[in-house]
This record gives sequence, structure tokens and C-alpha cells, in this order.
Amino acid sequence: MNTQPSLSRREILVGGGALIVAFSLLPDAPSFAQGAVGPKPLALTEVDSYLSINVDGIATIYSGKVDLGTGICTALAQIAADELDLPMRSVKIVQGDTDLTPNQGTTWGSLSIQIGGAQIRQAAAAARRALVDEAALKLGAKPEDLRVADGVIKAPNGEALTYGALIGGKNFSITLDPKKPVPTKNPKDFALVGKPVPRLDIPDKVTGRFTYIQDFRLPGMLHGRAVRPPAIGATLETVNEDSVKDIPGIVKIVREGNFLGVVATSEWAAIKAALALEAKWSNWEGLPDQAKLFDHVRETKIVADEVTGHVGDTAAALAQTGVTRVNAIYDFAINTHGSIGPSCAVAEFREGKLTSWSASQATHNLRTQLAKMFTLPVEDVRCIYIEGSGCYGRNGHEDAAADAALLARSVGKPVRVQWSRADEHGWDPKGPPTLIDLRAAMDGAGEITAWESEFFIPQQTPKGFLVPMVAATLAGLPFDNHIAPGNIFQNSNIPYKFASIQTTCRRLETTPFRPSWIRSPGRMQNTYANECFIDELAALAKVDPIAFRLKYLDPADARGIETLNRVAALARWDSRASPKNDRRSDILVGRGVAYCKYELVRTYVAAVAEVEVNAATGAIRVKKFFVAHDCGQIINPDGLKNQIDGNIIQTVSRTIKEEVKFNRSMVTSLDWKSYPILTFPEVPEIVYDLIDRPNEPPWGAGEPAAAVVPSAISNAVFDATGVRLRSIPYTPDKVKAALGA
Amino acid sequence: MAMNKTFSVNGETVVIAIDDPDMPLLYLLRDNLALHGPRFGCGLGQCGACTVHIDGAAVRSCVTPLSKLGPVNKIVTLEGLGTVDNPHPVQSAFIAEQAAQCGYCINGMIMESAAFLAKTKAPTEAAIKDALANNLCRCGTHARIIRAVKRASTML
Repeated sequence: MNTQPSLSRREILVGGGALIVAFSLLPDAPSFAQGAVGPKPLALTEVDSYLSINVDGIATIYSGKVDLGTGICTALAQIAADELDLPMRSVKIVQGDTDLTPNQGTTWGSLSIQIGGAQIRQAAAAARRALVDEAALKLGAKPEDLRVADGVIKAPNGEALTYGALIGGKNFSITLDPKKPVPTKNPKDFALVGKPVPRLDIPDKVTGRFTYIQDFRLPGMLHGRAVRPPAIGATLETVNEDSVKDIPGIVKIVREGNFLGVVATSEWAAIKAALALEAKWSNWEGLPDQAKLFDHVRETKIVADEVTGHVGDTAAALAQTGVTRVNAIYDFAINTHGSIGPSCAVAEFREGKLTSWSASQATHNLRTQLAKMFTLPVEDVRCIYIEGSGCYGRNGHEDAAADAALLARSVGKPVRVQWSRADEHGWDPKGPPTLIDLRAAMDGAGEITAWESEFFIPQQTPKGFLVPMVAATLAGLPFDNHIAPGNIFQNSNIPYKFASIQTTCRRLETTPFRPSWIRSPGRMQNTYANECFIDELAALAKVDPIAFRLKYLDPADARGIETLNRVAALARWDSRASPKNDRRSDILVGRGVAYCKYELVRTYVAAVAEVEVNAATGAIRVKKFFVAHDCGQIINPDGLKNQIDGNIIQTVSRTIKEEVKFNRSMVTSLDWKSYPILTFPEVPEIVYDLIDRPNEPPWGAGEPAAAVVPSAISNAVFDATGVRLRSIPYTPDKVKAALGA
Repeated sequence: MAMNKTFSVNGETVVIAIDDPDMPLLYLLRDNLALHGPRFGCGLGQCGACTVHIDGAAVRSCVTPLSKLGPVNKIVTLEGLGTVDNPHPVQSAFIAEQAAQCGYCINGMIMESAAFLAKTKAPTEAAIKDALANNLCRCGTHARIIRAVKRASTML
């Protein structure tokens, strides 16, 4: 449908001449949304993929990265508005629509600013330059003599042109060359980036005006619920449809393979029917014994060994006579995502084409999966993002989307599926259990001569970040059978320089539950083990834990060293070896440090935790967290603090409370009583030192601060008690047992 | 058989055909009245996302059957508390403190604290934490929420 000549606008510019027709007709976003016109450009190399400006001078940013409740829309608008010299009010965001937004990749891995923001900044800078060039020609002035403010370009003689007049309703037709980035604004000229610009969504969210996916309705829409088996691998034998015939509003009982669902005219009827529907399922007891979970992990077949760090010969160094050898085993429990709003989606089949509305963090991937599931061409599936409850990784949204699509296809009407709390806790993909073995050798002078680690973690099948969808699996419809825990090898290697290092990910063939990524996947569990074990070595050497880390950090890594030094200053660190082990009272007090260079290439974070351990009850109280954080250029310092809070609080919860419980058939922790999370009285105070580097690239902040939380707590508990905890969650029972109380 | 029942929601009298008196209030508000404030979180009264005011008290609408409510009960939702143009002081305080991440729990936080502050003047931080102890937030916005409630307490 694209009738544009293949010449890019830059080429036309270079060629001279036909500048006035360079901007081609661009329909506005609502027209795209109604499918009234040809396809909107979506290539990652086209300015038009990322932004348009209408006749009123309003810029619409098309972002493939979506706001998962992090405030990223505000931050991306800041970047675009700043680069375009527009006020915030003149920038709108369209996010995660496979027909409208470029595929910038899954919204994960703390990459929305680092990757998505950089792409949008490039598009905005290229657009602004084109607008200024165009205005210069029309105004008969030199581009460098023009002034731009609030979307108005002014010549020295006072003549002016607005963006709306120059481009309104037309395409830019500019190709971006990633190898030749367009010059962007000098950070000293930023008007919005670096400022605590208020979130665009909060006024609507605090007054009930915001539409979450859970609020989204279509005309003629029905309400569906999936009826899941009582055991994960059970087979559906019989269904007694009569069991729900007296519930008013039932439209259909949908059965396809082992997929069972109900559709009704009202939500309450669907809920009642899903609870009342009698079905007989086969027995299935394929889960391991939870009491021996980590034996099971250790016994699982290893399909690959990935060496992520290798220096010298650890085997020889560990075998050296005269060294002190230290071993430790750490484990981290299975976690659920636990969004407060369970997953929800709406789907509609019309004329053989599927439209899916959901809070998927990866609508382009979801589109691929739905197309495969229903054997449709990808072009016949459109996935549209609507913000849901906070999303910390691949939770149940894609599964709800598959449920809704399957039910919608069956009844021929739009169907909304709202998961129950038990659906969410029971059937979202889980953060897999992590088991880590560590070994080190220390020589007579207290030098670490060997560091060896093995991470027993599930495999990530090649190219496969598509977590299989429950409905496709149960219904026996086509799906890619991936195991997709995410890039959980990250941070298995360490930032420290020891004489010999060997870090290995032992990739397991299977893991008990369908895995996926949850905030800081792998990085957090791996950093937990690494940063606890280095603390063990510091204690063995009787050296202050911060001094010990500084000794082994790469002296050339000045930002890492500064981050650690700054957290020491922030926390007024009491420099001494751990443990303090002052047991004069039942309330034992300690402090612990942890450090992480995220994925060993980006955001630096160091934290100090202050804890109280009640020796009588075993309860850990995390009182305070000090955080030094360097993610390069800070886009929005208030948003950054909000993200750090989230990382710390959520991960304190995961460290001291959270563990998915299960029997041989199914998850049994199906509500907030059986899967408790941190509550208000338990939340620590958080103190920050945000290290802003306006002239450096912006890095991610949605995850890195989570990575240091478990180890900082663990090290603080050791400091307080002299006892090393190695099995998360640190529940009172475990703590009491460890203390011998 | 559906029966017409009368309720008072956000100062207005509404008549709704109800076929099940056991239906929780949450579904009447969200599905019959298309309100977005009260949110479905657990359906178990454990998380607080569905909180509304009934006669001034913070109540979990997901476990409050319609059979317990009549036309005399004044039901107020987040929308009835205030609007973007005319916010309640607690809503203003949440905006001022930027006290939301995803914001899904925020309905409950605001409704719970508005009811709490209506009967508690100048609460301590510990009292605020206790008042919100049964409201869950997963994003980790607790510190800002506490600051917002404190700020609101000085505005009321």
C-alpha cells in the first residue's frame, strides 16, 4: 500500500529541489486504528514508525515498549518532547499495538529507556532536524539561525512556522541509519530530561478515570472464565453441563481437548458457572515432593554447561596445599508474579481475523503465538496493549489472551476473560527454583586464589522467549514448546578480579513449573549467591566487607568503585569485619552490603541493609535500605526513585516471605494468605544517592536495584547473628532453626 | 427471576435488575454501573483493591453481597470521592506525592485512608501503616502512599 517513492527525505534533501513535497500524506492515528487506510510504517529504521505530528502540532509517539506501571510513558514523552522542543502537553503516546507501533522488543530487562528511549530520541531528533531544514527553506533563513520553542520555528526576522503547518498530517519519510546516529540535543540544553516531571497517568488513576485492561469493554461483549484442571497434567474425562443449567445468563460451555471454559452474558454468571461446573479429571501427580525440591533440582538431567566466566585454573588453585577451602550451597524459592490485578484480556474474531486486547508486555510476540495457535496468517492477528495491573515479567496476560481468543472463536462474539486470584497464583508461569554451589580458596595471606560456582538453572531453549500459553497446551492447539525462563545466566559471572575464576550455568532439562522471568530474573538470584559468598570470604579474612569488595574490583571500573564508596558514605558505614554478633539482647542488629554491575556491562547499584533479627521468634525486620545507583543519564529522578522503591520493597518481600507451595498435583498457595507478601508495617525506609551522569547514555533502572536486596539482607543477618542463611525465603521458622533457638 | 433493587451510589439513586442477591457489590459497580474505581484483586477480601465506602466505612466490595445493602446505604466509590477537576484532599495528596506505580491498588489505598482520616486526626506514621496493613501493593509504592496519607492528614 505504500506508494511513497523509495527516495528517503534525506536523499531528496541532498539531491536538492523537491523539498516541498517531501512530507507525504499521513493519516492520523484514529484512522489507522479504524483500519481505514493503508498500513502505517513500522520498520525500526523509519522516523514515521515512531512519531507523527498532526496539523495542531500534537506529536504522537508510537512506542513498542509499553508502560507496565513504571511510568515509562512519561519518561518516553519527556525524551521525545525535549528532543522536539515541544511541551509535555503536546506529546501523546500510543503503545504496544501491532498495527501501529514498531516491534522494539519485549518490555523487559530494564531496556525501555536504554533501547526504546534511544530509538525514539533518534526519531525525534531526525524529525526536528527535517522540520528545521524545511522551515529554513520556506523562511529563507539558515537552519542554525532559527529558534525552536513549543513547536514553533522562528526566523531572526520574526517570521515563524509551526510544526503543524510544516508537517501536519504528512509522513516524514526519513530513514534512520543506526550506524550514523542523528546528533541529539546537548544534555545541558535539556528542558525536560533530568527533571521530576509528574506522571501523565496518575491524576486519572487516583480518580477512577483510567481504563485498565480490566475495565475495557466492547459492545456485545460476553464474559468468559476458564475452568482449569485440579492437577496440572490432568486429562478432562467428563463434563456435566446440567450442573450449571440453572445459572441465568449461561451462553456456552466450551470444551476443547483439556481446555474447559464457560461463557455467559454477565461476569457474575461466568464466575458462578466456573465454580459450579462439574467436571471429572484424571489424576496426575507429576510434581516433585516440595520438601525435597532442591534434591530434585540437583538430580535433574543437565543438558548443557555454559561457562560464563573463566580465568586461570580453579581446579589447581582449589587443590593447592595450604589454602583454606570454603564451600556453600545457596537456594532461592519458586516465586509467583503476584500482580494485584489478576490477568485479563478481551478477544474478538471478525471475518476470520483476530483482535486481542491485553496487558501483554510483548504484543508482537503474542501476535505470533496467537497466529500459530489458531493457524492464522500473522497479518490477520492484531494485538493491542492496554495497561493492566503492575507487570514484573511474563505473567498470565498472554494466557488470558489465549483463553479469551479460544472462547471468542467458539461463541462468535467478543469475550472478556478475567482470571481469578486462584487462576493467577496457580497458573501464571513461575520464577524457577535456583540452586547454586560455590567454592573458593583463600591463601595464608587472606588472598582469594580461586572462585568457582555452578548455577543449576533451567535451560532457555534456542530463540524461544515465547512462553507456551496454557489454553494452547490444554486444547492441543499448535504452540512452540519452549522453555523460557529468560536470560537467567546473567550475573552468574562476577565483577571481581580473582586469580582464578570458573562460573558455570548447568542447564537443566526441565523445571517443575512452566518458567518465565520475574523482575531481575537470574540476575537477582545469581547476585544473591555471589554477594553472600564474597561476604563469607570477607568474614573468613576478617576484613570489612566493603573494603574486601573494593580490593577485588577492577581498578579501571571507576563508576563501580564510586558507587560502592557512595553507599558507604550514605549509610555512614561502620567499617569493621562481620559478624558483630552481639547477642546481649533478643533483638540482634546488623548491617550488610551488596554490590552489582548489572549484567556486568551497565547500571551500577550498591546497597546497605539494616536489619533486626528477633532471636526468640526468628522474625527478620528489614528496617532500612541505603541505595547508591548509577544508571547513567537520569531521565526522571522522581520516576527513578519510584522504581528503586519498587525494586527494594518487592525484593525484600521475595527474600523474607515468598515461596510457591505445591503438592504433587498443583500449586496450593492460591491466595494472599498462603502466599503472603510484604505489608505496610513491614516496609523498610529507603534512602537513595542517585548518581546522575547527564553526558552518559541512560541505562535501565526497572530491575538492577532488586539484584542486591537478598544478599544485603543475608549479609546483615549474618552480621547481626553470626549465622549464615542460605535458603530463601528467610522465614521465621528457618531463622529460628538456624539460630538454634 | 430478576428483581429491581434500588441503591444509592455516589449520591445518585440507581435501580438495577438483579437476578442474584448474593452477587457482590463489586460487580454491580463495575459491570452494571461501569465504574472503574473499585477494582477486582482477589474476590476474597484479602487485598483491598475493591474498597468502597458504605455509610462512611471502608468496605471490601468483593465480599459484600447485594442482599446486605438497601437504598438507605450510601455507597461511595473513588469516582464519588472526587474528580480530576475537583479532587478529594486524599486524591490531591496522592497526586502531589506521585504515590502510584501501576496504580491498581491505589483505589483501595485512597478509600481506606479517606475513611481512616475521617475519624483519625493527625495520625502517626505507625497508625497509618496499621490502617493500611490489610491493603496490598505489589509494585512497592508503600513509602509514597504513607507520605501521601500524612500529607492528606494536614489538608483535611
